Amino acid sequence: MNTSDSEEDSYNERSALVQCESPTIPSYNQDHDVSLPQQTDTKRRRPVSSGLDEPGPVERERASTPDGEEEELTLKYGAKHVIMLFIPVTLCMVVVVATIKSVSFYTEKSSQRLIYTPFEEDPNSVGQRLLNSFLNTIVMISVIVFMTIILVVLYKYRCYKVIHGWLILSSLMLLFWFSFMYLGEVFKTYNVAMDYPTLVMIIWNFGVVGMICIHWKGPLRLQQAYLIVISALMALIFIKYLPEWSAWVILGAISIYDLIAVLCPKGPLRMLVETAQERNEPIFPALIYSSAMVWMVGMADSSNPGSADGRRRNEGGARAQEEEESEDDAAHGRRRRYSAEEDLEEDRGVKLGLGDFIFYSVLVGKAAATGGDWNTTLACFVAILIGLCLTLLLLAIFKKALPALPISITFGLVFYFSTDNLVRPFMDSLAAHQYYI
Amino acid sequence: MTLAVFFGCAFIAFGPAFALFVFTIARDPLRVIILIAGAFFWLLSLLLSSLVWFIAIKASNSQDLTLQKGLLIFGVFFSVLLQEVFRFAYYRLLRKATEGLAAISDDDGSAISVRQMAYVAGLGFGIMSGAFSMINILSDSLGPGTVGIFGDSQYYFITAALMTLALTLLHTFWGVVFFEGCEKSQWWVIAAVVSLHLLFAGLSLLNPLYEGSLPPVYFITLTMGIWAFFSSGGSLHSLSALCTRRKAEGESS
Repeated sequence: MNTSDSEEDSYNERSALVQCESPTIPSYNQDHDVSLPQQTDTKRRRPVSSGLDEPGPVERERASTPDGEEEELTLKYGAKHVIMLFIPVTLCMVVVVATIKSVSFYTEKSSQRLIYTPFEEDPNSVGQRLLNSFLNTIVMISVIVFMTIILVVLYKYRCYKVIHGWLILSSLMLLFWFSFMYLGEVFKTYNVAMDYPTLVMIIWNFGVVGMICIHWKGPLRLQQAYLIVISALMALIFIKYLPEWSAWVILGAISIYDLIAVLCPKGPLRMLVETAQERNEPIFPALIYSSAMVWMVGMADSSNPGSADGRRRNEGGARAQEEEESEDDAAHGRRRRYSAEEDLEEDRGVKLGLGDFIFYSVLVGKAAATGGDWNTTLACFVAILIGLCLTLLLLAIFKKALPALPISITFGLVFYFSTDNLVRPFMDSLAAHQYYI
Repeated sequence: MTLAVFFGCAFIAFGPAFALFVFTIARDPLRVIILIAGAFFWLLSLLLSSLVWFIAIKASNSQDLTLQKGLLIFGVFFSVLLQEVFRFAYYRLLRKATEGLAAISDDDGSAISVRQMAYVAGLGFGIMSGAFSMINILSDSLGPGTVGIFGDSQYYFITAALMTLALTLLHTFWGVVFFEGCEKSQWWVIAAVVSLHLLFAGLSLLNPLYEGSLPPVYFITLTMGIWAFFSSGGSLHSLSALCTRRKAEGESS
C-alpha cells in the first residue's frame, strides 16, 4: 500500500502537549532555560512588536509579578484548558469510533501492509507473532526516529522551504486523497449513489478550504475542525493498516519514545524546541491543535494560524511526513502563555500536537474495532481523558513542554487489556442474570 | 427489537443523568473534571473486583454451575464493597485537593464546595456504573432478535433500563450523603449507605422476579433522594420557597 509515505509523515511529528504559558508565571520548578524577562504580554505585544520576538521561549517571558499572583494566574486557567482539550479529543475519538462501527472497510483486514510493518503476523504461532510484532515496532520506531532527526537537522540548518513543502505535501495528501477514500467507503456502506462531478466539487472545496485554514489563515473553529478531521483520518488509516499485535506494541513503544524525545536533553524534540526558542521563531502551524482564541488566528507576522503558544510536539516517528508537518509544529511548540490582559479573556490556550490526537484515537478505535464490546471502548476513553488531565496538571506544575502520550497511552493500554479480559466476562455474566452492582 | 426500543430504553436509563449533566455540570470545567475522575475511580473499583472474581473463577471448577453462580454472587457483593471503598478514597482525594482545586477554578475565588463535589462525584459514579450496565444491552437492542425466546422474561430491556436509572440516581444520592457523613464523621451514615448499596445489589439478585426487585429499588431511590436533599441543606422551607417564589434551587445544595 503506498499510503505509507504520507503516513510516515504524519507520524513524524507527533506533537506533545504544550501549554500556552503566561509570561507572568513564575516557574515553579525551574530547571530550564527559562530566564525571566520582563515582558509579559506576549500576546498583546505581538502585533505591536515585531511579532516574532518571542517565539519559542514564551517561557522566558514572564513578568516579574509576585509569586502568589502568578501562581494563581497559572492555575486559574487550568480547568478551562483541560476542557478545551477534552472536547476536541472526544470529538476525534467519536468520529473514529463511529466510523469504525459503521464502515466496515476500516476493520477489514487486507493483505496490504505498510512498508513500515514489513513482517507479517502469522495467527497460528503465538511466539512467531509476538516476535514479528516486535520487529515491526522496531522498524516503525526507527523510521520515526530517523524522520525526526531529519526534521531537526533541516530545522537547524534553516531549510524552511523544505520543511514547508513537506508539510504542504502531507496535508495535501491527507485532505484530498484520504478524505476521498473515506467518502468513498462511507458511500459504499450506505449505498449512496454519487456521481464524479459532484464528488470532485465536494473534495475540491473541502481540500482547498482545509489547506487555507491550516496553513494560512482561517476562523479558529474551522481550523480546529479540520485538524480534528485530519487526525481522525490518519488514525483510521493506522487502524486499518497496522497489524493487530503490532499496533499495540507500537502504541507502547511510541509513548516511550515520546517520553525520551521530549524530556531527554539530547532528545530530538527537545532540541527542536530549544532551537526554536533560541531563534525566537514560531513553530510551524498546521501540526498543532490550538485552543487559543480567535484573534490569534491570522496574525500577520507569525506564520502560525494558531497561536504560537508553546506546543509540544512529539515527533512521532516518521509518519506521513505530510501530516507530520503539522505535527512538527505541534512538536515545536513550547508552551507559551500569553498573559491575558484584563479586558481580554481567553488569550491563553493550550496546544496539543496532532500526533497525540492520532494515537489516542488509534487506541480507542482499535478498542472499538476488536470485539463488539462497548464497555472496553468506554473504559479506554475515560482512561485517556484522565491521562490527559494528569498531563495537563503536570504541565501546570512544570510549565514546560511535556509529552502528552505516555500517561494517557499507558492508562489506555492497561484499561483496554484489563477490561477486555477481566471486566468483560464479569459484566457479561452479570447482564445475563440481570444482577446489578 | 427496534429503534423505538433503543431510544426508549436509552432515554429511560440516561435521560435524567444527561439532563443533570447538561444543566448543572457542563458549564463548569472543574465539575466536568471531577465527574470524569469519579467515573475513573468507579472504573478502577470495577477492575479490581473483576480481577478478584476472575481469579476465583479460574481457580474453581468451571463445570459446577451452582458454584459458578455462587462465585458470581460473591463477586457482586465484593464489587459493591469495593465501590464504596473507592468512593471513600475519592472523598479523601478531593478533600486533599480542595485548595488546589480552588486555585484552578476559573472564577475568582469560587471554590467548589464539598457538597457540590459530593454531588458531582456521585453523579460520576452513577453515570459510569449505568453506562457499563446498559451500553452493551442498548447496542444489542438495535439488532435483530426476539426477547425471551428461550423462556426468559420479555421485559428484559425495559427493566434493565429502569434498574439502570435507579442505579444512576442512587449513586448520586449516595455520593451526597456519603460525603456529608464523612465530613461530619457520622460513621453510621456511611454504614447505612454501604448497607443500602448491598441491599440494592441483593434485590437485583431477585431478577427476573421484577415485582420483587423494581418496586423496592425505587422505594429506596425515593428515600435516598429525600435523605440526600435534607442532608445537603435542603429543607421544607426552601421547597416551599421554590414553589411560591420561584427561587432557584441553587441554595439547597
